[in-house]
Amino acid sequence: MSDWMADSAPSLKKAPSGIAGLDEITGGGLPVGRPTLICGGPGSGKTLLGLSFLVHGARDCDEPGVLVSFEESAEDLAADVASLGFDLAGLIAQRKLFVDHVHIDRAEIEETGDYDLEGLFVRLDHAIRSVGARRVMLDTIESLFGGLANESILRAELRRLLRWLKDRQLTTVITGERGNKSLTRQGLEEYVSDAVILLDHRVREEISTRRLRIVKYRGSFHGTNEYPFLIHRNGLSVLPVTSLRLEHAAPTERVSSGVAAIDAMLGGQGFYRGSTVLLSGTAGTGKTSFAAAFAEAACRRGERCLYFLLEESPQQMMRNMRSIGIDLEQWTRRGLLHLHAERPSRFGLEAHLAAMYQAIEELSPETVVVDSLTDLLSLGAEGQVHGMLVRLIDYLKTRAATVLFSSLSTGEIAVQETRAVVSSLMDAWILLTLRNVRGARSRQLTVLKARGLPHSSRVCDFTLTERGFQITAPRG
Amino acid sequence: MAEHAATEESSQPERFVLRLYIAGQTPKCVRAFTNLKRICEEHLAERYRIEIIDLLENPQLARGDQILAVPTLVRQLPEPVKKIIGDLSNTERVLVGLDLRRG
Repeated sequence: MSDWMADSAPSLKKAPSGIAGLDEITGGGLPVGRPTLICGGPGSGKTLLGLSFLVHGARDCDEPGVLVSFEESAEDLAADVASLGFDLAGLIAQRKLFVDHVHIDRAEIEETGDYDLEGLFVRLDHAIRSVGARRVMLDTIESLFGGLANESILRAELRRLLRWLKDRQLTTVITGERGNKSLTRQGLEEYVSDAVILLDHRVREEISTRRLRIVKYRGSFHGTNEYPFLIHRNGLSVLPVTSLRLEHAAPTERVSSGVAAIDAMLGGQGFYRGSTVLLSGTAGTGKTSFAAAFAEAACRRGERCLYFLLEESPQQMMRNMRSIGIDLEQWTRRGLLHLHAERPSRFGLEAHLAAMYQAIEELSPETVVVDSLTDLLSLGAEGQVHGMLVRLIDYLKTRAATVLFSSLSTGEIAVQETRAVVSSLMDAWILLTLRNVRGARSRQLTVLKARGLPHSSRVCDFTLTERGFQITAPRG
Repeated sequence: MAEHAATEESSQPERFVLRLYIAGQTPKCVRAFTNLKRICEEHLAERYRIEIIDLLENPQLARGDQILAVPTLVRQLPEPVKKIIGDLSNTERVLVGLDLRRG
């Protein structure tokens, strides 16, 4: 599995899509000089995916493109994708892109006798010549079936068109509407046999997720899973497990947890930089306090810290932290601490992760806090969230960010569940618990795990005072 | 429609401007022209003009006039513009398409 990227046949050249993640799971992009079918239901992102590919080629790869749009006019398309940062009008003006809107309405056309679609070929040829196109997109060619009555002519011409495109060594994307029994309504997969990408947009329990799967990629190895993909302000991204080879850099530098006593329990210096820390505890054990101390320590080191708040407002959280002697406001004022608050229920998992990725991209933080992981887990079915989480952690690891996830547990059973779901992803795990000791509640702290660090197996009692964490009694 | 039907009998019949889009002298295109010429002589004698546009010579016109199929006959005048695609081998359908006969 780890070597599939390297194993792709060297003869098969790939045209990069520029879509983060997609080029990884395809081992470099779409097959050069061949057609790729992108199919999916309405609103699944077919056109955006194809356009991203076309724009990336025209703008970044010196591969001009032609878009034959059977549905939307050039103006409508430009407006649709302007929000993704694609300047179609600019590319057209620079002669890097040619858009031809094919309008066809059966009501306006009478058919009598034999014909072919040479008009379409002439238009395509003219468009390709005028910009020296290397990439072509046909969106959505199935509209022809609605516009013309003679299906046997259409099918023969479609076959001829694909051969024509292949003969000219054009890298082509063809979009197709998802069918009930076949991949596409008109069985386009019959004509495009080189590569097929399937997009899916699901809303389950009011949670929206987009997924992408490579159904077929002739002559190339490819990732076969269903990968979540996101549409956000900077375009599209597919979330593959980027660390298939587990080759992240492993810094030896250590960073303080923000609590001296915990640093001491971790061999004196805190966590490794770039490690992923899970902080779990029952309600009221001080998880957010600990997370705030962790964030503050990062800011004291002059690092940028991105703190995802999923339960409280920033104002409320900062007020509460002041009561235990942690002044976060000074760090937000200095631009080191960024509090990113969003109610998990407002968005689906996909939108939520998209917002998180976007914030991480923009700030490039050295330290990230997610408070809490439990809120994220509530957004989807277990397997789904787990996959997303693996990708998020992986993404943060490739950026060498030190990350703290807080997690609400409701006793020993929850710890077991957490263990099953996320423990293997975490480098260190700290557990906070409450105990009744002689009628008084006492807080306790345990380091359950700390990869590569000598760590104490002691249980510590601690209190939260106006001066922060006070370790009261190290216990056996 | 009724108006058009009436013009056939009227003293000042409408002139027809017909444009035939072809892509080279293929058998289909030649057949379309022959059929068109015959239909016009029979039904529009003295009041029609046929323009032939070869898309191989003027490819940019295919986009402007939204031509997809070849051959395509476009009735430029009288308005509204009408399109008939194919080799025009079915005279009845051509007459309906040109509004010279009710469908």
